Amino acid sequence: MAKTEIRVGGLGGQGVILNASILGKAASIFEGKHATLIQAFGPEARGSACSAQVTISDEAIGYPYVKHPDVLVLMSQDAYRQFAPTLKPGGLLLYEEELVALDNQLPKDARALGIPATRFAEELGRRLVLNILMVGFFTGVTDVVSYEAVEKAVKDSVPKGTEDLNLRALKRGYDYGREQVQSAASKPAASKKK
Amino acid sequence: MSADPKGVLTGTHFLDGDHAACEGALAAGCRFVAGYPITPSTEIVERFAARIPLVGGVFIQMEDELAASIAIQGAVWGGKKVLNVTSGPGLSLMMEHLGYAAMTETPSVWIDVQRGGPSTGLPTLPAQADMMQIKWGSHGDYEIIALSPNSPQECFDLTIRAFNLAEEYRCPVFVMMDEVVGHMTERVVIPPADQIEITERKWTKKKPGEFRLYGTTETDLVPEMVKAGDGYRVHVTGLTHDDRGYPSMTVPTQARLVPRLLDKIRTNASKLVDVRMDGCEGADVIVVSFGITSRVASAAIDSARAQGLKVGHLRLVICWPFPAALIQQLTATAKAFVVPELNMGQMVQEVRQAVNGTAKVVSVPHPGGTVHDPGTILDAIVEAAR
Repeated sequence: MAKTEIRVGGLGGQGVILNASILGKAASIFEGKHATLIQAFGPEARGSACSAQVTISDEAIGYPYVKHPDVLVLMSQDAYRQFAPTLKPGGLLLYEEELVALDNQLPKDARALGIPATRFAEELGRRLVLNILMVGFFTGVTDVVSYEAVEKAVKDSVPKGTEDLNLRALKRGYDYGREQVQSAASKPAASKKK
Repeated sequence: MSADPKGVLTGTHFLDGDHAACEGALAAGCRFVAGYPITPSTEIVERFAARIPLVGGVFIQMEDELAASIAIQGAVWGGKKVLNVTSGPGLSLMMEHLGYAAMTETPSVWIDVQRGGPSTGLPTLPAQADMMQIKWGSHGDYEIIALSPNSPQECFDLTIRAFNLAEEYRCPVFVMMDEVVGHMTERVVIPPADQIEITERKWTKKKPGEFRLYGTTETDLVPEMVKAGDGYRVHVTGLTHDDRGYPSMTVPTQARLVPRLLDKIRTNASKLVDVRMDGCEGADVIVVSFGITSRVASAAIDSARAQGLKVGHLRLVICWPFPAALIQQLTATAKAFVVPELNMGQMVQEVRQAVNGTAKVVSVPHPGGTVHDPGTILDAIVEAAR
C-alpha cells in the first residue's frame, strides 16, 4: 500500500495517542517510510473522547489530516459513533468488541474485525495494555507495517520495566489478528457482525 | 564553528514540532530560557526545562511574559544565547520588549506557535495570524527576520538557522510556527554536532579603551559585541543612543541610528531570500504559501495540475524580509497569484504590493481553528486561471 490513512479513537487514558504514535514510529523510524501523526489537541481529560490520525506513506506526506481513513482502530462506543461514518468505502474497522457494538452506521462494503482486547489484557495481568493489544491486532490484520518494526517501536515507547508485558500484549493481539485474517480467508465472505 | 555536542541529540527521532524546535535551540547553543508557558508552545519550554540540567544552562519560569521577554535579553548581555517562546496572547504582552531587542540590537530568537486570535481566541487550534504583528507590533521603525517551518524537521533546522541569523544581524529573529506544525509528529533527523554549523557571536577583538558599543562602519552595519563583566564599558538603553551606547536624544543621533537598524536587514534582503519553488517557471498561476498552509496548498496544486492547469508553488521559508523582488520577477510570466493563509489576508498584502497591479492577486483567507479545505484553494486556483 503506497499510502494508508489511519484514525485511532477511544477515551482519554486508554492510550489512544501512544497507539497511534507506535504505528507512526514503527513506519518512520524502523521502516524508513514517511509517517505523520496528528492528535486531536484540546481540553481533553481522562475519560473523554480522544483520537489521533496517522498517515503512513512511501512518499512525503503533504496534507497531514485524515478525513476518510482506510483503517479505523476504535476502543469506545463514542469514537465509533463519531468516526464509523467517516470510514473510506471498502475500509477496515478494527474494534474492541466488548467496548464497541456495531450498527448500520458503517459503510456497507466496509470490513470489520473485532478483538476482545480488554479480556486479553486482563488475562495478561494489566488492563492498561489494551492499546498495545490493539496495535498488535492492527499489525496482524494489515500489512502496513512489519511486526519487527512495531516490536522495536513498542520497546522504544513504553515505560522502562514494562517492556516484557507490553511485548506479550503485542504478540497476543498480533496472533489473534493473524487468526482472524486466516479464518476470514477460509470462509466465503462471512459477516463479521456480532 | 560547529555545534557543542552537549546540546545535540544526534539520531533519528519521532518528534512533534515543539520538541524539535527545542532540540534545535539546544543544538544551536541556547543555554538560557526564561519562559511563561502558553498553549500551544508549552512543550517547547517543558522540554527545555527537562533537558537543560543535562546540557548545562538555566531555565526560569517567570511571573509573566513581560518578565520572560526581558530576562532573556539580560542573559544575552551576560553572554548567553537565548530563546523566547510564546503564542499570540503572550506575544501581545511582549511587544514592548520586542522593540527593546530591536533598538538595543540584542540577538534573540523568538518562537511564536500561532493559535487562533484575537485575544485568547482559540488556545488549542491553529492560525497564522501574527505575521503582521511581529513586523509592526512594537512602536517605532524596526526590522526583524522571520522563518516559517512546515514540518517538525524544519522546526529543528530553522530554529538553528534563526539562532545563526540572530548573531549575524543582531536583531530579533522569529520562528513562526503554528499549532499544527507544533503538535504534528514526524521523523526528525538530528545530525552529529560536527555537521551543524553555528554562527558565533560577533565578539570584538578591540581593547576596552578602543571599543565602542555601537561602533559600525559604512560597509558593516552590525556592531561587534562584548559581554558585561569582561572589562568593557557596557551601557545598554532603549533610548536613542550614540555609538558608545549612551542616551543622545537628538535629531542627528536618531537619523544615524534608526536607518541603520533598518538598513542592516534591508540592504541584505536579497541574501535573506529563502523560498522553495516548484514548477513556477512558465506557470500561469503561482500559489504563494508558508507554514502548514504550504502542505495543504500542495494537495490543491496536485489536483489543479491533474486538471491540466499550469500551477507553480512558491513557499516562503523566510517570510520577513518579504521576497518582493522575486515575486515581481515572476509577474513576467504568471498571470495570477493565489495566497492561502490561516488569517483574513495578511501576507497577501505584500504580494499585492510586489505585483503592483501587473497580475491578478487572489486572497484565500481563513479565520483559523483548522487548516483550509484543499478544495477551497483548488477553487481559487481554477478561478484565477480563467
